[in-house]
Amino acid sequence: MALDKPYLDVPGTTIFDAEQSRKGYWLNQFCMSLMKAPNRERFLADPKAYLDEWPMTQAQKDAVLARDLNRCIAEGGNIYFLAKIGATYGKSFQQMAGSMTGMTEEEYRDMMIRGGRSIEGNRFAGEDGTAQPHRQPQGSAPSTTF
Amino acid sequence: MARITASVYTSHVPAIGAALDLGKTHEPYWQKVFAGYEFSKQWMRENKPDVIFLVYNDHATAFSLDCIPTFAIGTAAQYQPADEGWGPRPVPVVQGHPELASHIAQSVIQDDFDLTIVNRMDVDHGLTVPLSLMCGQPAEWPCPVIPFAVNVVQYPVPSGRRCFNLGRAIRKAVESYDEPLNVQIWGTGGMSHQLQGPRAGLINAEWDNRFLDRLIAEPGELAQVPHIEYVREAGSEGIELVMWLIARGAMSDAAPTVKHRFYHVPASNTAVGHLILENP
Repeated sequence: MALDKPYLDVPGTTIFDAEQSRKGYWLNQFCMSLMKAPNRERFLADPKAYLDEWPMTQAQKDAVLARDLNRCIAEGGNIYFLAKIGATYGKSFQQMAGSMTGMTEEEYRDMMIRGGRSIEGNRFAGEDGTAQPHRQPQGSAPSTTF
Repeated sequence: MARITASVYTSHVPAIGAALDLGKTHEPYWQKVFAGYEFSKQWMRENKPDVIFLVYNDHATAFSLDCIPTFAIGTAAQYQPADEGWGPRPVPVVQGHPELASHIAQSVIQDDFDLTIVNRMDVDHGLTVPLSLMCGQPAEWPCPVIPFAVNVVQYPVPSGRRCFNLGRAIRKAVESYDEPLNVQIWGTGGMSHQLQGPRAGLINAEWDNRFLDRLIAEPGELAQVPHIEYVREAGSEGIELVMWLIARGAMSDAAPTVKHRFYHVPASNTAVGHLILENP
């Protein structure tokens, strides 16, 4: 019998469950290596060579090289692990989170200052809130990368 | 015997630590956050505990995917601030309380909660930002701290009900310790926030404030709220709020005194919530 996953109908959201964790194991473990300054330096000097030291899938490596966190999450990444990549590039959590919405840094920051993203229309897939698939991308950023 | 005198609840947003460490506290954006902790710092000076039992979550720092303990108690003599990728925060080393921590571990495990005992780990912003908010920027933290890490990173996290009952077991453990220590328990994380995907930036102030009301007045009922409601209403990372129920469960069954309540949006991606409750 399959496990109950009541969170699959939350729009714009990927829950890091056991299945995602299996899928993203090496991607996330690579991220952990960036907690050491010498590794950050080596990664920045040649990201592709550094990634090739890890048994990650090509899709995972490509997502990291593209600095596309939505793609990293789809490949099993979790934001707390992926944040090490952003930190290596000197990015804040706000810059990283905002990058996944298609908003520019300013647009996202202003949304937060206005009280954040509204819950209305964003509870269930199929509603009309800003996080729903048919409303992407949400801002004027040229891409969803950081 | 030892006694839990009060509980503190607060968000532990990493950007708050960065704002402090980089001297940005007087910027208007951050003033609105730190103003909510002015009373708290004074209260800490006047109500300095002997030990803080600090419930927080590790953010893929001490625990990678190598090992994911649901509940981990630190029994070490000290803990270094972690390098989370930006370099370690310039804050004091955290001194532990190995004797009380070991006592609590033994008692709580015998009460059927399977704790992981940790004798070596670094502590990340989840633990150090609450200390900074409550204590400012001292040369040393005011007292020993027992880190208690809860898995809220890989789903499923422990339920609110289990967290609340664990808090009760921690209360019993503290009260069976012979030395007359004044212990505070802190529950950290939250409030509503989501750091991932197109729904990043979600805030639900109405839900958060109802959570604060219920945490004060009817925590046993609040503990019945299922995971999916946290995820749906408060964001994928809002589920950190289950940790507040551990601290609340450790409080006396009698109604607490609300010493302080604060709520503000935003700090970075997050709604900041903060309570100080004293036992009667």
